[in-house]
Amino acid sequence: MAAVIPDQSHDHPHGPSGLMRWITTTNHKDIGTMYLIFSFIMFLAGGVMALAIRAELFQPGLQVVAPEFFNQLTSLHGLVMVFGAIMPAFVGFANWQIPLMIGASDMAFARMNNWSFWLLPPAAILLIGSFFVPGGATGAGWTLYPPLSIQMGMGMDMAIFAIHIMGVSSIMGAINIVVTILNMRAPGMTMMKLPLFCWTWLITAYLLIAVMPVLAGAVTMLLTDRHFGTSFFNAAGGGDPVLYQHVFWFFGHPEVYILILPAFGIISQIIPTFARKPLFGYASMVYATASIAVLSFIVWAHHMFTTGMPVTGQLFFMYATMLIAVPTGVKVFNWVATMWRGSMSFESPMLWATGFIFVFTMGGFTGLICAIAPIDIQIHDTYYVVAHFHYVMVAGSLFALFGGAYYWLPKWTGRMPDERIGKLHFWCSMVSFNITFFPLHFLGLAGMPRRVPDYALQFADFNAIATVGAFGFGLSQLIFLWVIVKAARGEGQPAAARAWENADGLEWTVPSPAPHHTFEEAPVVR
Amino acid sequence: MSEIARENRRLLGRLIVGSLVMFGFGFLLVPFYEKICEVTGINRIVQPDRVANTQVDAARLITVEFDANSHDGAWDFRPLQGALRVHPGELATVVYEVANTRREPMTGQAVPSYGPPQAAQYFRKMECFCFAQQTLEAGERRTMPVAFVVDPDLPADVKTITLSYTFFEVEGRRARAPGVESGHGS
Ligand code: HEM
Ligand SMILES: [Cu+2]
Repeated sequence: MAAVIPDQSHDHPHGPSGLMRWITTTNHKDIGTMYLIFSFIMFLAGGVMALAIRAELFQPGLQVVAPEFFNQLTSLHGLVMVFGAIMPAFVGFANWQIPLMIGASDMAFARMNNWSFWLLPPAAILLIGSFFVPGGATGAGWTLYPPLSIQMGMGMDMAIFAIHIMGVSSIMGAINIVVTILNMRAPGMTMMKLPLFCWTWLITAYLLIAVMPVLAGAVTMLLTDRHFGTSFFNAAGGGDPVLYQHVFWFFGHPEVYILILPAFGIISQIIPTFARKPLFGYASMVYATASIAVLSFIVWAHHMFTTGMPVTGQLFFMYATMLIAVPTGVKVFNWVATMWRGSMSFESPMLWATGFIFVFTMGGFTGLICAIAPIDIQIHDTYYVVAHFHYVMVAGSLFALFGGAYYWLPKWTGRMPDERIGKLHFWCSMVSFNITFFPLHFLGLAGMPRRVPDYALQFADFNAIATVGAFGFGLSQLIFLWVIVKAARGEGQPAAARAWENADGLEWTVPSPAPHHTFEEAPVVR
Repeated sequence: MSEIARENRRLLGRLIVGSLVMFGFGFLLVPFYEKICEVTGINRIVQPDRVANTQVDAARLITVEFDANSHDGAWDFRPLQGALRVHPGELATVVYEVANTRREPMTGQAVPSYGPPQAAQYFRKMECFCFAQQTLEAGERRTMPVAFVVDPDLPADVKTITLSYTFFEVEGRRARAPGVESGHGS
C-alpha cells in the first residue's frame, strides 16, 4: 500500500490504458471522477424511481404501478439516493479536492482508495438487481423497519448485503480522508488554516467511522433474525421491533449530518469567493460543525416520538434536538455575514450557494417543528416529514453539490461552465423544486400519510401540482448533464489557474485542468 | 518506509480498531436497551400487576376495547366481547378464545400492546393468559380469561383504551415471508 506516489514530473497517467487504467488507477483525481460519474448515474436511477412514484400519486386511486411495487420504489429510491448518490458524490469531491486543498500529492492510502470506489458498483448492482428477483426489491422503506423487513423475500437480503458493502466502502473512504487531512498537509497548513471543506469532511469522516458500523450491526441482526433463528427484533421469539428503531436511528441521525456537513463545507468555500471577503467567523464555523457532530449522537429518538416513549424521554430528545438548531443557526448567520457588504456577483456557483441558504434554512425550520414532540405526534409519517427532509437533502445537500460542481468544474475540466446554461439549470431546478415539495407541507399537515400509493380525494390538487413539479425537476437535471458534457469535451471558455477572480486556496495555484500529478513537491503555506 | 507512511499506518490501525469497536457497540445496544426497559419498567407487560389503589372512581367510565391478532395465521384467536365499559378501580374480566388450526400440537404466547401507548402503565392485569406459554393440541380450542383493573390515576383525557393481543408461535422462532419457503402449511 504505497503511501506517496513516487516522483513523476510529467502529466499523463501511467500503467495500463483504456478500461484497465480506470480499474487499476490509484490517482485521487481519477478516483474522484469515477465517484462523481457513479453518483450521477445513481442519481438518475433514483430519480426515475421518484418519477414513477410521483406518476402514481398524480391522481387518487391506483393507475400506474401495483401497491407492492410502489413500496419497493419508495424504499429503493431512498436507499439509492442516500447511499448511491449523495454520499458517493461527496466522497468524489473529497477525493478531487482534499489533496489539492491541503497541498498533498494524493490520498494517504491510494490503493485502498481504489478499493473503496470499486466496492460501490457491485453494491449498486445488488440493490437495483433486487427488483428482478422473485418477490422483488425490499418494500420496508429505506429505514428497513421490522417486522416487515424480517418478512420480505430475497430482495431484502440483497439490500442488506448492499448496505454491508457500501458501509465498508464508506468506512475505508472515511479512514483515508482522516489520515490524509491529519498527516499529509503541506508545511505551514495548520489545522486552523485548513479550508472549511476539509474541516467539515474531517468531522464527517469521524461520524462515518462511528456510525456506519452500527448500521452494519443493525442490518446484520436483521439478517440473523431472518435466517439464523435469532430474535433480536422478532417478537415471535421474544425480540422487540422498537429496539431496531433505536439502533437504526443511532446511526440514522448522525447519518443526516454526514449528508449535510460536507455541503456546509462547499458553501463555506463558495460564498467568500463571490462575496470577495474572507469567511466571517472561521473559528466559530469549525466549532459549530464539531458541536453539531457531537450533538447528533444524542437526538436519535426524535424519529420515534410515536413509539410510546415515556414523557421524560420525549422531552429530553425534544430539547436536545432543538439545541442543534443553535450551531446550525451560527453557520447560516456566518454565511449571511460574509455576504454582508461584500461585492457580490452571482455566477452559477454563487447562485446555488445563495439558493441553498434560502431553501436549506426553510428545511431547518420545518425540522424544528418536527422536533416539537406534541406536534410531531400529529405529523410523523406524513408528507410534512417528506417535505422537511427533501428541503434539507435536495435543497441542502444536492444544491450544494451542484454549486460545488460549478465551482470546481474549471479545475476538473479546464473549461469554465457555460454561464447561460448553468443559470437556466439553477432557475429551472429552484422553481420546480419548490413546486414539487412546497405543497407537501400542506398535504402533511392535512394528514396525508407517506409511503402509501393511494390517497383521499381532498389531497388530489396538491398532489397533481407536486407531480408536475417533479417531472420539471427531473428534466432540469438533464441541463446539468449538458453543462458537464460540454466542459468535459473541452468546449467553452478556457479556465485560468485561478478560475474565479477572488478564489482563495491552494487548489487555485495549480493549472486548470489540474495535471494528473500535483504537489509532488509540497508547497509551503504561510 | 518514510516517516509519514509509518505515521499513516499507525493512524489507519487506530481507526480500524475504532470502527470495529463501534460494530460491537451496535450489538451492545441490545442488552443496554433491555436493561433500560427492565429498570424503568417500560416493558413489564407480561407479568402480573399488583393494585395499590382500590378506590373505585364511579364518576368515570372508560371504554376498553379488545383486539386479537394471530401472527402467522396458525391460530384462531378472538375476544368473546368487543368492548367493556368499566369504572377506574373496578375489577373486570374478559374472555378470549384461541384455537390451534394446525394438524400438530403448537406452543404459542400472546403479547399485549396498548393504544394509546401511555395507557399501558395504568392498565393492571391481575390474571392473563399472556403470562405463560400456551400449548394446544391439534385442533384444540381453549377459553382464557383476563382479569384487570384500570388505575384511577389514568389521565383524564384518556377515555378509550384498546388492549390488543398478538399470538405468536414460540417454537418456530423465525418469521417466514409469505410465499417464500412454505414452512409448516397453514
Ligand atoms: C435544524 C436541523 C434539523 C432538525 C431540528 C431536524 C429534525 C427532524 C425530526 C424531528 C425528524 C423526525 C420527523 C418524523 O419522522 O416525524 C426529522 C426527519 C428527517 N430529517 Fe431532519 N432535522 C434537521 C435537519 C436535517 C438535515 C440537515 C437532514 C439531512 C440532510 C435531515 C434529514 C432528515 C430525514 C431524512 C428525515 C426522515 C427520516 C425518515 O423517517 O425516513 N434533517 N428531522
Ligand atoms: Cu434526526
